[in-house]
Amino acid sequence: MMMTTPNLTVNIAGVTLANPVVTASGTFGFGREYGTLYPLSELGAIAVKGLTLKERPGNAPPRVAETPAGMLNSVGLQNPGVEAFIREELPWLKAQGAVVIANIAGNTIEDYCAMAERLSDTAVDLIELNISCPNVKAGGVAFGTSCASVAAITAAVRGACRKPLIVKLSPNVTDIAEIAVSAVDHGADALSLINTLLGMRIDIATRRPVLANNVGGLSGPAVRPIAVRMVWQVRGRVSVPIIGMGGVATWEDAVEMLLAGANAVAVGTALYADPFASVKITRGLREYLERHGMADVQELVGAVQAH
Amino acid sequence: MGRLILRGERCDNGLAMSFTVTTCPLVEARAPRADLADFTVRCPEIARAARPGQFIMVRCGDFTLRRPISICDADGDLVRFVFEVRGTGTAWLAERTVGDALDILGPQGNGFTLGDTSRPAVFVGGGIGIFPLLHACKPFGARAAVLLGFRTAGLISMVEDFQAAGADVRLATDDGTAGHHGLVTDLLRARCDAGAVDAIFACGPKPMLRATAAIAEEREIPCQLSLEQRMACGVGACLGCAQKIRRPDGTETYAHVCSDGPVFEASVVVW
Ligand SMILES: Cc1cc2nc3c(=O)[nH]c(=O)nc-3n(C[C@H](O)[C@H](O)[C@H](O)COP(=O)(O)OP(=O)(O)OC[C@H]3O[C@@H](n4cnc5c(N)ncnc54)[C@H](O)[C@@H]3O)c2cc1C
Ligand SMILES: Cc1cc2nc3c(=O)[nH]c(=O)nc-3n(C[C@H](O)[C@H](O)[C@H](O)COP(=O)(O)O)c2cc1C
Ligand code: FES
Repeated sequence: MMMTTPNLTVNIAGVTLANPVVTASGTFGFGREYGTLYPLSELGAIAVKGLTLKERPGNAPPRVAETPAGMLNSVGLQNPGVEAFIREELPWLKAQGAVVIANIAGNTIEDYCAMAERLSDTAVDLIELNISCPNVKAGGVAFGTSCASVAAITAAVRGACRKPLIVKLSPNVTDIAEIAVSAVDHGADALSLINTLLGMRIDIATRRPVLANNVGGLSGPAVRPIAVRMVWQVRGRVSVPIIGMGGVATWEDAVEMLLAGANAVAVGTALYADPFASVKITRGLREYLERHGMADVQELVGAVQAH
Repeated sequence: MGRLILRGERCDNGLAMSFTVTTCPLVEARAPRADLADFTVRCPEIARAARPGQFIMVRCGDFTLRRPISICDADGDLVRFVFEVRGTGTAWLAERTVGDALDILGPQGNGFTLGDTSRPAVFVGGGIGIFPLLHACKPFGARAAVLLGFRTAGLISMVEDFQAAGADVRLATDDGTAGHHGLVTDLLRARCDAGAVDAIFACGPKPMLRATAAIAEEREIPCQLSLEQRMACGVGACLGCAQKIRRPDGTETYAHVCSDGPVFEASVVVW
């Protein structure tokens, strides 16, 4: 029997990732911290912290709280603004050999378009439209919860954007497949899902919410079954590449996400218990493919045999 | 008063300050009280890199988030940390026994800038905030005045360790069961009245830190505070552990306790 190394590469809207394991936006900063542990080029891609047109200070603390098998966050898109990113973070990230996904968020459609336009002239590889952040008052998730608004913002940004466009979907909707179809029909080259689920924790001693923002986004293993279900539902309706995320912590979780229909997975919250989670998942996937004599990781995509 | 404080320090290669994630054996586990654990792990990478005031992120079983705990002392290959059982994570950790392997990330954060250790300095600690002061006060020997505040006598710990380091230790309790009946900041005020103090280093509950900062400002004594905040990554990546600070130009922003701190110049902290 001939043993060949399985092909782990994945093509997302014309951009080749060395492997299907990327970092989830907002969980990995701009790579400078976990980059002390392993070369950033070992990751399929890095989705950077959500960017806004102008610097944003973010929400008051406390911003994070642990939950059963997960966590809540209400960071509130603290970031230095798109220009500072282009000037101070992007050249460094590209010098590390990383494929860079710029995650953008705004208060208005004009903000999103201005950022997409600006980033189109840079070395960014893909743009991820974050219309699913539950932690900011105006904009954010408000754009992501109806088909009409998803259609409008996707079409507008598509017109302004000369990079492959990923639309990141919110799970805080009634029918995510409908939303996904709207995004694809109006120009999304790829989809990523899921962003966090809106949640809350209350300190029973003080009778006050644990987060200063009262509510926050739930992530981690607790949300994985929801993410898998949503990826599966969306895969049933669209053929564009999907980056699946939500609680992926091990290679087994990644295989599950791929079987549901994702072409790649993103890892976020799992990094906090194990900063090596993403690179371990890539290794685990490779070994899994070898054990099963599979030539290409993409053979797993959508291969679930539903009842 | 050099360092500032908008993002964690960077190395020349653009990376954040390096840290290690490692599995290390618990070599000593003491329980000075039922709800207090005094642990020593053998961890050469962290022990050698650790500077006073830095902390570690300890993985606790299957919990999603690691727990931040200050480095109490680092000596040779050994790292000592002391923690109170507060909730489920620290309860799990306190049950570990000698020989168990702990998964630790660190050392992390910007610790105390000790400055000239041949000059007298005052260390102010309250509750669980006393632990990181041991590593920091050691280089000062007998020039360290260590003022420790507790709720009640039963909660007093570590006094012998500070004395063994040569420090002049004074106690205060809220209920008067040991030492000065009152606040540890009363002791600080008295100490400042008694003679020149070149630097103040403090760690403890927020009201204590705030009062310490006020005394330092009033008397124009350089003062560094070690702050706490809820953390997820512990390394500067998630932006979860925000602390409002004042920039040199007077504007305010959120810095991060894990990477810009935990130690901040008292004068930049916005309360
Ligand atoms: C930089 C730093 C250094 C610290 N050093 C020490 C030390 O040397 N000794 C010591 O006893 N304690 C220390 N603490 C506090 C310690 O981290 C908390 O007591 C511990 O995280 C509680 O975990 P738990 O699972 O028992 O509590 P739970 O309440 O069950 O924890 C739930 C979540 O809240 C977080 N959390 C709860 N209390 C705190 C707190 N006070 N600060 C930050 N996060 C908290 C936990 O990390 C966890 O994510 C330090 C905290 C920080 C930020
Ligand atoms: C601390 C934190 C910050 C986040 N910030 C962003 C963000 O800026 N933009 C975004 O699109 N998603 C953000 N997310 C959502 C993640 O990218 C991801 O969709 C979600 O956490 C689910 O994946 P996980 O369970 O692997 O973390 C954030 C999540 C966390 C935990
Ligand atoms: S805990 Fe993540 S940035 Fe400090």
